[in-house]
Amino acid sequence: MSALTARARSASRSGIWGCCAQEAPKPADTGSLYSSGRARRRARPGIGYTPGVRAYLLSRLGQTVLVVFLSLTAVFFLMRLGGDPVLLFLPMDIQAKDLSEFRERLGFNDPVAVQYGRFVGRAIRGDFGESLRYKQDALGLVLERLPATLYLALAALGLTFLVAVPVGVLSAVRRGSLFDFFGMGAAVLGQAVPGFWLGLMLIYLFSVQLGWLPTGGTGSARHFVMPCVVLASFYAARMARITRSSVLDTLNEEFVLTARAKGLAERMVIAKHALKNSAIPIVTLAGLDTGQLLGGAVITETIFAWPGLGRLTVQALLNRDFPVVLAAVFIFSVTYTLINLVVDLLYGWLDPRTRTRAAGT
Amino acid sequence: MTRFIGRHGRGVLGLVIAALVVVAAVAAPLLVAQDPLQSDFALGLKPPGTPGHPLGTDQLGRDLLARVLYGARVALFIGLSCVLLTAVVGGLAGLLAGYYEGWFGAVVMRVADVQLSFPFILLALTINAIVGLGLRNIIVSLSVAGWVVYARVVRGEVLSVKEREFVHAAQALGLGRARLLFRHILPNVAPSIVIVASLQFAQFIVAEAAISFLGFGVQPPTPAWGSMLSESRDYLYVAWWLAAFPGAALALTALGINLVGDWLRDVLDPRFRV
Repeated sequence: MSALTARARSASRSGIWGCCAQEAPKPADTGSLYSSGRARRRARPGIGYTPGVRAYLLSRLGQTVLVVFLSLTAVFFLMRLGGDPVLLFLPMDIQAKDLSEFRERLGFNDPVAVQYGRFVGRAIRGDFGESLRYKQDALGLVLERLPATLYLALAALGLTFLVAVPVGVLSAVRRGSLFDFFGMGAAVLGQAVPGFWLGLMLIYLFSVQLGWLPTGGTGSARHFVMPCVVLASFYAARMARITRSSVLDTLNEEFVLTARAKGLAERMVIAKHALKNSAIPIVTLAGLDTGQLLGGAVITETIFAWPGLGRLTVQALLNRDFPVVLAAVFIFSVTYTLINLVVDLLYGWLDPRTRTRAAGT
Repeated sequence: MTRFIGRHGRGVLGLVIAALVVVAAVAAPLLVAQDPLQSDFALGLKPPGTPGHPLGTDQLGRDLLARVLYGARVALFIGLSCVLLTAVVGGLAGLLAGYYEGWFGAVVMRVADVQLSFPFILLALTINAIVGLGLRNIIVSLSVAGWVVYARVVRGEVLSVKEREFVHAAQALGLGRARLLFRHILPNVAPSIVIVASLQFAQFIVAEAAISFLGFGVQPPTPAWGSMLSESRDYLYVAWWLAAFPGAALALTALGINLVGDWLRDVLDPRFRV
C-alpha cells in the first residue's frame, strides 16, 4: 500500500529542500532509478474511479494518521534522550529549588511510559501544552503562523511554474539552440546556489545598495518579492530541467509523429499533444516540491524575518520551546502528507490509465 | 577528442571545479600564510585588495581568504563523512530489507515512511537541535536524516535483482546467503549507490551550511562557510565581502559536485538522463 507514496517520496528524498544543490528525480513512469520494475507496475489510483476511491482514500488517511503519530512519538523520545528534559525546557540560570518544582509541575518525575501516555492523550485532543516562551497554546501559536508560510510557499510554487515550464518547453523544442544553452546553464547554476546565500546577495543588492525592496518583514507586495524568488530559485531550476527532458521524451513518441504527419502546426503539436503528455513528471515534481518548499521556507523565513511557521520552528528549537516544536512537527507532518495525497489524486485526473487499478494495491 | 569533450564536457568541468576545491582544502596551509583563527583588531573589516589580505578581513581582523580555504576542509570533511556513513548504513539496510522482505524490511520501510513525511532540512535541523551542536553532531544529524534514501533505492533494486536468473542459479548452486548478497546482488545495485551518493554529497554540504547558518551545527570560531555567512549578516551594510566569498565558495563546490554527479549518472545509468 505504502509503495504508492513510497516511490514518490523516495524520489523526493533525493530532491530535498530549499537550498540544496541536487538533481531532480525522474518520476517513476519514465522508468527512473527510484522505481524498480515492480514498483512501476503499481499504478496510481485516482479520482474518477468511484468504487475504489473511498476505500483508497480511507486507507490513505489511515496511513497518514499512523505516520504522523509515529513521527510525534519519535520526536517525543528523542527529546527524552537528549538529557534531562527539565534542563532542556528551562534557561541555564535557573535556581535549583525552582528546578525541582518545575520537574514536579511538568510531570517529569513520572516514568517515561506514563509521560508518553499523557502526551499522547493530550495530543489526540490537539493539546501540545503551552509555549514556554509565549505562554500561549502551542498548537494555536503554530496554526496562527501557518497561513504566512502557505502564502509564501504557494507564491513560490506559482513563480516556479511560470518561469520553469516555458523555459523547459522552449529549451526542449529548440534543443541545441542558444536559448537551450543559456536556459539550462542558468538551471544548473540555480540548483547549485544555496537559497540563503542568494537571499543575502539580493538583500545587499536591492535593499542595501539600491534601496528598492525592504530587507524583511511583511506588509506590502514588495515584501513578497525577495523571499518568493529565493524560495523558488532552486525548484524552478530543477523543474525547468525536468520539463525539458520530459518534453524531449514525448517529442520522440509516435503520436507526435502522427500529429505532425497529419499536418498540424508545430505550435499545436507542442501545446496539445506533447505538453499534456509531459505533464505527469512535472506534476510529480511540483507535488514533491510543495512539500519541500515547507522545508525551504524554514531558511527563507529566517533570512527575511517572515513571520511564518518555519521561523517560529527555528526560534522554538533555539529557545528549546519543545511544546511548540512538537506542535510544529505535527503540522508540518500533516501538511506534507496531505500534499502527497493531493498529488496522487491528481494523477488519476491527468492520466486515466492509472485509475484502472484503484484500490487494488 | 572534441567529441569526448562534447559528450563529457560537463563532467570534465565538474571534475576540474571539484579538484580545485579539494586542492584548496588539502593545501590550505601552503596557499595562505595566515592562520584562519588569528585575529587582529587593528585590521578589522578591511575590504578585498588590502595588502596581505586579498579577500579582505572579517570583523575580528581574521584573513578571509584563509577562512574560506580552511572552510573547504570543514565542508568536504562533513560531506564525505556523511556520504560514507549513509552509504554504508543505508545501503546495508536496503540490501537486507530487499532480500528479507519479512519484518525487517517492513520496519525499515516504516521508519523511512516516517522520516520522509518531513522535509529533509527540517528533520536534520530538529535532530541537530536535540543532539547538540558541533562538528561530530552535525555529521550524526545529517546522516540520521539522510540514510533512508539509500535504503529505499537499494531495496527497490534488490527486489528486482533477486528475481533474476543468475541469482536463482546461484541459489541453486547452494551459495551461502552472505556470498549471494555481497558477491552477486551488491555489484548489481552498486551503480545506484554511487549515483545516490554523488547526488547526496553536495546536498549534505549545503545542508550543513544551512544549518550552521541558522545558528546550529558547526559553531564559531571554526571556519565553516555556513557559520561565516551567519556572522556576515550583521555586517551586510558595511562589508559585503564577508557574505560574498564564503557563499561563492559554497555554490562553486555544489556546482562542481553536481556536474560530476550528473555526468556519473549519464554514464552509469542512461535511463536517468536529464
